[in-house]
Amino acid sequence: MAYLAMATGFLLILIGFYGALTNRNLLRMIVAFTIADTGVNIVIVAIGYMRGRTAPILDSTVSAAAAVQRIIDPVPQALVLTAIVIGLGVTALMLAYAYKLYEKKRTLDIARFTELKG
Amino acid sequence: MSHLLPWLTALLCFTMVVAALVAIRGKSTPIAILAAGLVSLVASVLFLILASPDVAMTEAAIGSGLTTFLFFFVLGRVRRGDHG
Amino acid sequence: MVKRLIALALLAVFGAVFATLLLGYTPDSELNLTARYYAERTAAELGAANIVTAIVVTYRGLDTLGEVTVLFLAAAIVGLVLANSRPGQARERAPVGELLTTGTRFLVPMILLLGVYVFVNGHLTPGGGFQGGAIIASAVLLMLLANPLRHFSHNLIAAIESLAGLFYVTLGLAGLFLAGGFLDNRILPLGNLGELISAGAIPVIYSLIGLKVGAEFSSMLASLAETEEL
Repeated sequence: MAYLAMATGFLLILIGFYGALTNRNLLRMIVAFTIADTGVNIVIVAIGYMRGRTAPILDSTVSAAAAVQRIIDPVPQALVLTAIVIGLGVTALMLAYAYKLYEKKRTLDIARFTELKG
Repeated sequence: MSHLLPWLTALLCFTMVVAALVAIRGKSTPIAILAAGLVSLVASVLFLILASPDVAMTEAAIGSGLTTFLFFFVLGRVRRGDHG
Repeated sequence: MVKRLIALALLAVFGAVFATLLLGYTPDSELNLTARYYAERTAAELGAANIVTAIVVTYRGLDTLGEVTVLFLAAAIVGLVLANSRPGQARERAPVGELLTTGTRFLVPMILLLGVYVFVNGHLTPGGGFQGGAIIASAVLLMLLANPLRHFSHNLIAAIESLAGLFYVTLGLAGLFLAGGFLDNRILPLGNLGELISAGAIPVIYSLIGLKVGAEFSSMLASLAETEEL
């Protein structure tokens, strides 16, 4: 199960990269980046998963003493929690700049942004 | 129930890959944005199966909720442009 | 066409790397050292039932402070970039439906309540400051959808954000003087594992993070919503 999820995560990263490299519309490129982002998160969470164990939350079924035998690795989850939140911040920043570029050029086609071409 | 989980995982993974391809190659930008939101939403269910409820909640609220709306705010502003 | 070929070649390289990683992966059967430390010590040391929360708020609390700072910077830059794009006079908009207006009035308090519930219970159940903050921002989003002309007071959002950040750092410093180190949660009694008022300062700190994150997301949404239609 974790293996399948990890393969899907890698596939999503590849799909996202492909979209970011081949799309010419800025908004579509940002969409592709969010998909690659989701793929990375799935891979990290899948690495922390262990068969037959449960979430790292102590309650009546998982006592503090038995925790080491019963829970999965909590560190990747804490990492991904951070990554998702920062991901939204980065996406919002990219969208704000895309809007600004549209305001200047009235287009989202990156082939029309030629100022930096030598 | 537990013997169904691998099949459910396979279904979710397949859905995610198809939705991601729609988001990358599809013709219309609004549908691409919605497909990316769907990838996030399905990913949050996958996180729940991978025993990570904290991550699942974050992905559902932030990844599929707020991100999609941010995209639509900007898309609504550049509506008359040459996207497509 | 050449560009697409280069992209495909690059993807093939990445695909080969990922395939190697995937084929060489063997799942652990035991927790590694770090995870074992957190699993064994969290309940006794910090009194938090949710170990992910304990890592985010206390063990790696400094990183979380950095994270909300990055988020604050992102929100500030979004506001700065879009500052010149605000329309001078009010736009003409068709009024939204009665259903949405009434529904908003009914739903917004409940969504806010859910957000507060999620971050106050962050140390017991899945959820916490980031999720609760996102839920609070979604209430702001609903208000923006119901009345696109509404102008949120950026001063109010900034005040909530700064006050939450200030108290967060103050609590961290209190940990430095009263307990083991910066952001140590043992400045308040640990209580019993699994009760609402337990785990020392973790619920307080996570609530402050929730307010701060909610204010930051709201500010991003409001900045983008107030831009001019092009």
